[in-house]
Amino acid sequence: MSEPDAPRNFDVVVIGAGPAGLAAACRASAARASVCLVDDNPRPGGQIWRASLDRVSGPAVPWISTAARQGVRMIAGARVFAAPEPGRLALETAAGASLDLRYRSLVLATGARERFLPFPGWTLPNVMGAGGLQSLARSGLPVRGKKVVVAGSGPLLLAVARFLRHAGAGVRLIAEQAPLAALLRFASSLLRHPHKLADALIFRGSLAGVPYLASCWPVSAQGDGRLQSVTLSRGGRTFTEPCDYLACGFGLVPNTELAALLGCRMSASAPGEGVAVDEYQQTSVAGVYAAGEITGIGGLDVALVEGEIAGHAAAGQPERASRLFEARHRRRHFAQSLARSFALREELKHLAADDTFVCRCEDVPLGRIRASTGWREAKLQTRCGMGPCQSRVCGPPVEFLLGWKPDSVRPPLFPVTVNSLTQAGVRGIHKLQPPPFQ
Amino acid sequence: MSDAVTLRVNGNSVTVPAGAMVSTAIAAAGADLFRRSVTGQPRGPLCGMGVCFECRVTVDGRQHVRSCQTPCASGMEVSTDE
Repeated sequence: MSEPDAPRNFDVVVIGAGPAGLAAACRASAARASVCLVDDNPRPGGQIWRASLDRVSGPAVPWISTAARQGVRMIAGARVFAAPEPGRLALETAAGASLDLRYRSLVLATGARERFLPFPGWTLPNVMGAGGLQSLARSGLPVRGKKVVVAGSGPLLLAVARFLRHAGAGVRLIAEQAPLAALLRFASSLLRHPHKLADALIFRGSLAGVPYLASCWPVSAQGDGRLQSVTLSRGGRTFTEPCDYLACGFGLVPNTELAALLGCRMSASAPGEGVAVDEYQQTSVAGVYAAGEITGIGGLDVALVEGEIAGHAAAGQPERASRLFEARHRRRHFAQSLARSFALREELKHLAADDTFVCRCEDVPLGRIRASTGWREAKLQTRCGMGPCQSRVCGPPVEFLLGWKPDSVRPPLFPVTVNSLTQAGVRGIHKLQPPPFQ
Repeated sequence: MSDAVTLRVNGNSVTVPAGAMVSTAIAAAGADLFRRSVTGQPRGPLCGMGVCFECRVTVDGRQHVRSCQTPCASGMEVSTDE
């Protein structure tokens, strides 16, 4: 599907080739719109359908096949780093080349990332995200025979533990910060979603013998040069578990940076504070749609139906979109119970010490960030959030720990070469930005 | 996974399944440390999806390449920090 010198003008450009983006691309191209799908990853499928080595994940196959058959073009391994003017995006490929892409309608399906919370030792090699370790294992990282502790919050922990166990890892325990009562409420809400219940039962069967501990969370990780053990808190006491990997994530946060750069309004009511959309998945910017986790953490089923609605609407077929409103309403109900059940507890705000790094790019400890009045001053005085990740990692914990909302987003969204910047005619590269690489 | 790919990590030859990412080859070579932070601390992959930049290494002379997003290619030269 990838053709580097293909046309650059499309009716619909879709950013993100996960479930929502694939669904949008399929529906828009079915209406004979010219569609271009862009993804940062080398292969389509997003994170939930991330390919295992070079084998595309099973559920992604029909969507990718349909998109290919309907003439969707795919630019893989490329990132949007700027939006120089309405209807135009500047991309950089993995090889460092820059691309100029033009669209009539845009669908943002940029998904979500894990929320990390800092605790002493969390920067040690082999302390990873829960989804992070799963992704790396799918990319071939050998986990067979390794001792793994899975910790944090949310149903992703169970999915990751199941995956790792299947891959031959010794999963020692799953530490879920939410209290048992909340987990039981969540489990009973699954009764209203029978296929989710079936999923849950399958999980339980495949995790037999692995302790799933509620009200349990990591307080520190230890090791000399790499992780050797993790200390966890449970019921007011701590215990230490030796392990090779700690797979730790505290839920998901929407990737809203590109939407913010385009001027899309955010919604305080969306789970995880995603991009605000109308019933056709259109954002506050005309012609720009958003679908999937970017509009609030809702999971796979919500992402698919939102992607379909956005694809129909972006291709000028609102009547087809409206036929899916009812299905979306039902599926969102599940997302709301998810957000309530796995709310983060207050104790997690006290894991990081003053000398614990919060910003891993610039090695800025909590104490120095806390001494600032807000994001702007912290950036100027400490370089917190100014490194390559552009506060994607430290932003959510700073918001959780200190209550600071994300600072305004400026291009480039990622570190890019000077060449790309000049070719794309990007202006207003602010002094606060880090020096572009190379 | 019919084919395997052979590349070099810090000068040592490593063979991984086709489709594996550079991060896999580094782990297969026995390295835990991918890079040193600005204060010299050892770091390895965190997010596994191209967001955090903790797994960045030098690939064929190109610096700051995210190893978790880069498929291995035959004859590739990868170097981590010491």
